Amino acid sequence: MISDIAVMLGDPLMRRALLVALLVGLVAPVIGTYLVQRRLSLLGDGIGHVALTGVALGWLVGNIAELTPHDALAIPGAVLAAVVGAVVIELVRAHGRTSGDVALALLFYGGIAGGVLIMSLAGGSNANLVGYLFGSISTVSTQDLVLTVALSVVVLVVGVGLRAALFAVCHDEEFARAAGLPVRALNITIAVVAALTVTVAMRVVGVLLVSALMIVPVAVAQLVTSSFRRTMLTAMAIGVVVCVSGLTITYWHDASPGATIVVLAIGLYALVAAVRPLVVRARRGGTRDPHPDVADDVVLTSGDPR
Amino acid sequence: MTTDRLPGPAVVEAVGVTVALGGVPIVRGITLTIGQGEVVALLGANGSGKSTLVRALVGVLPIERGSIRLLGAALGRAVPWQRIGYVPQRVTAATGVPATAVEVVLSGTLHGHHLMPPRDARVRARAALDAVGLAAVADMAVQTLSGGQQQRVLIARALVRRPDLLLLDEPVAGVDVPSQRAFASTLAGLAAGGTTVLVVLHELGALAPLIGRAIVLRHGTVAHDGAPPPPQAEHAEADHVHLHPHEGDRDPAHEEPTVAPTVRWRG
Repeated sequence: MISDIAVMLGDPLMRRALLVALLVGLVAPVIGTYLVQRRLSLLGDGIGHVALTGVALGWLVGNIAELTPHDALAIPGAVLAAVVGAVVIELVRAHGRTSGDVALALLFYGGIAGGVLIMSLAGGSNANLVGYLFGSISTVSTQDLVLTVALSVVVLVVGVGLRAALFAVCHDEEFARAAGLPVRALNITIAVVAALTVTVAMRVVGVLLVSALMIVPVAVAQLVTSSFRRTMLTAMAIGVVVCVSGLTITYWHDASPGATIVVLAIGLYALVAAVRPLVVRARRGGTRDPHPDVADDVVLTSGDPR
Repeated sequence: MTTDRLPGPAVVEAVGVTVALGGVPIVRGITLTIGQGEVVALLGANGSGKSTLVRALVGVLPIERGSIRLLGAALGRAVPWQRIGYVPQRVTAATGVPATAVEVVLSGTLHGHHLMPPRDARVRARAALDAVGLAAVADMAVQTLSGGQQQRVLIARALVRRPDLLLLDEPVAGVDVPSQRAFASTLAGLAAGGTTVLVVLHELGALAPLIGRAIVLRHGTVAHDGAPPPPQAEHAEADHVHLHPHEGDRDPAHEEPTVAPTVRWRG
């Protein structure tokens, strides 16, 4: 067993992949916590779809400029498209012209259709897109690793460093505005950081599952926590564990790493959701009255008046 | 003006304020001045523009015409936001992710470009929760608290910055009577300390002894400004309280008074 792990860690490709998985698992739930808080769980998905158009655009430009490899600009294209898409959706949401729900739907379909269409213009096939749709962590280059580390640092610094202000805006935007906080700048910060997170995570699980890494660890964490801070920290820990263990499993068993990671996370959610009522009941002893002790509002003629 | 207390320097100054929502003018040319230390109730039927006016005063809604000054500064970055506390109308303090009462109150220590809580923020947050009688539940998740307790968490969030001007939008709607009394005594302490208070209410209720002046809105204009008027005959019971969690003020389509269950409390 230990020698097996030593063999795995001796493989430089796997070392890079593990490091990327660890960073993504750590970083994705940070921004996911804010998205769940403002009930925008699907935003990451919408951004991911737009990122696909960016991948295809990068591919097209790379083709025209005759770069080698063809996809040298795919990731920068994804970063750019995701940031633009995220800012647009934030502006649409803030101005209330279209409901957030409809704006997301437009992003989903526009992103996928645009990606496929531009890819065929670029002379690529849909098969070239599959790596981005479902992730291709096993082909992470040193250059990818550097980009992942840089983007992860940005997400962590912003998402954790500004947590008080981001919490205030996500918790109650009206109050934040009445406190003179720079609400629009903070909202756009969240959108941009979400976009960066999506492009980082895209490498591991692919566009179609990217949102799962942001949302599912938070969903598991909030089953067992009562504070925002603990929810975020627990979600980060869960993200790291499922990403690293999912990838490790696929080192020996041939399966899609992205899908394995997401299935692990959802399995964990099911397990925690099933076990939680038993634990909570055991801890409370099952006898405590959950109602606050408040005097009656009305006079009860029968019974004991206070 | 028929107020019996001498207003100090103007804390809230609104001149000819018009606010439109979806092209419909909800607040129409309102001019009012509130002096330092005044405790003013903003009254009026549902849809009369009370909430819209307060939300415009704190810069949540843009104004169509007119001007607003808070604590001597034109609405915008120049306003000393750390001296202003606002309690929005809310049914709940909970969102998609669990947060403790302390965490929610902590967000009240941020203002303007101060995006990090000050060093003593946690101590102050606990003190603010203590002031509204919630010290015991400070570390509990807000979504597990009762509606009245959640409302008090939001009041603590406004109090944590020790405001000189406090604006409250229906702080006692849907709050049980003991919580209302606790809130009234908190507010009395603040008013005695010189805090200026503007509170949107349906009825004076437990706050009646504190209110020195009432502004009554009707169809988006000031219908009365002076001594608190007596309630309508059917609302005349001393301790009678309405409970209607209404959202109608934002929507001009819901101008008619809400038919809400009226509960008579013990006197």
